[in-house]
Amino acid sequence: MNVTATLFGQMLTFAVMVAFVWRFLWGPMTRMLAERSRRIADGLAAAEKGKHDLERAQKRAVELLRETKQQATEVLAQAEKRAGEIIDEAKSHARSETENIIAAAKSEIAREINAAREQLRASVAQLAVVAAGRILEEEVDAKAHAKMLGAVVQQL
Amino acid sequence: MPATDNPVEYIEHHLTNLQVGHGFWSLHLDTLIFSWLLGAILVFVGWRVGRKLSPDAPSGLQNLLEAILEFVEGQVKSTFPGYSPLIGPLAFTVFTWVFLMNTMDLLPIDLLPKAASLMGIGHLRVVPTTDPYTTLGMALTVFVLTIYYNFRVKGPLNYLKSFLVHPFGIWLFPINIVMTVIEELAKPLSLGLRLFGNMFAGELVFMLIALLPWWAQWLPGGAWAIFHILVITLQSFIFMVLTIMYLAMAHTNDDGAH
Repeated sequence: MNVTATLFGQMLTFAVMVAFVWRFLWGPMTRMLAERSRRIADGLAAAEKGKHDLERAQKRAVELLRETKQQATEVLAQAEKRAGEIIDEAKSHARSETENIIAAAKSEIAREINAAREQLRASVAQLAVVAAGRILEEEVDAKAHAKMLGAVVQQL
Repeated sequence: MPATDNPVEYIEHHLTNLQVGHGFWSLHLDTLIFSWLLGAILVFVGWRVGRKLSPDAPSGLQNLLEAILEFVEGQVKSTFPGYSPLIGPLAFTVFTWVFLMNTMDLLPIDLLPKAASLMGIGHLRVVPTTDPYTTLGMALTVFVLTIYYNFRVKGPLNYLKSFLVHPFGIWLFPINIVMTVIEELAKPLSLGLRLFGNMFAGELVFMLIALLPWWAQWLPGGAWAIFHILVITLQSFIFMVLTIMYLAMAHTNDDGAH
């Protein structure tokens, strides 16, 4: 075997091949692979973060629900309490009103009784005068006996 | 019927390159053209794929090249100390190009030479790696690179010093010089001749099988072709690994410390 141009030709071919592969395939492809692995890492990190966020949100939702339930219970209790108060107020109001009405009625009755009594007295006095007149068969001077009659009437 | 009545002539015919010129300017046209053709296919495919790489939806060819690239990169990372931008593309080119050239061996041995002879071309050897000019050309290129990196990484003085002190220490420097020169020269020689020898022997076996009667060819021919798929892959892999290793040794500062 001699050293010929074929040998140098093949050496040159090899060098050119390496340069071309380097420039057009190896370079872009390694960059792309690095970019891809970076994107995959980013995606995984994002997924991890999303999972965490979801967990946190779920926890927060549960907490919120619990708080809301508690608040609702509180509001309900307050409302019941208020209702009870209102009922109690109404009851006491009604009671005092009743008492007022009863008192008014009683005083009215008393007044009526008094009026009736006064009338009765007057009627009895008259009746007594008439009856005495009939018994004595003479006119009783009402004016003369007014003092006595008044005393009688007062005893009624 | 055997392919020929004259086996010696048949084999010699198949081992003769398509040659033009004389002396230094003798060119093995078949070797050059087929290696250029395969190299062009590789570069074209690489350029096509590299031009529109898709990180999200890689096409079939891109997947194939990615797989090869990651395989080569794994080899480089496990062997090569530190980082060099050249070593990856170099190893990738070695592996794919040698593999493509080796694959020509799997074509039926008489197919292209017969077609060529019908077109009036007397001789044609289709497997560039069965020509030592190809394999030694690549090996010498690697050798030039190892010397370049030896000078750059170790410094010229340190590198030349290693010829004096390696492997027996400074007092035996004449022996050291001879030993180290032989060692350094053996690297490209063994690198190129290993590939050449394997491919040449493989081709020779295909020729011998082609000399059998036609009805006896399919069994040894098939078996050897299947075995040869392993050989061509293995040889391109070995060439690549040794290329990486020689360059790694050039990049290692304490070369004598083993």
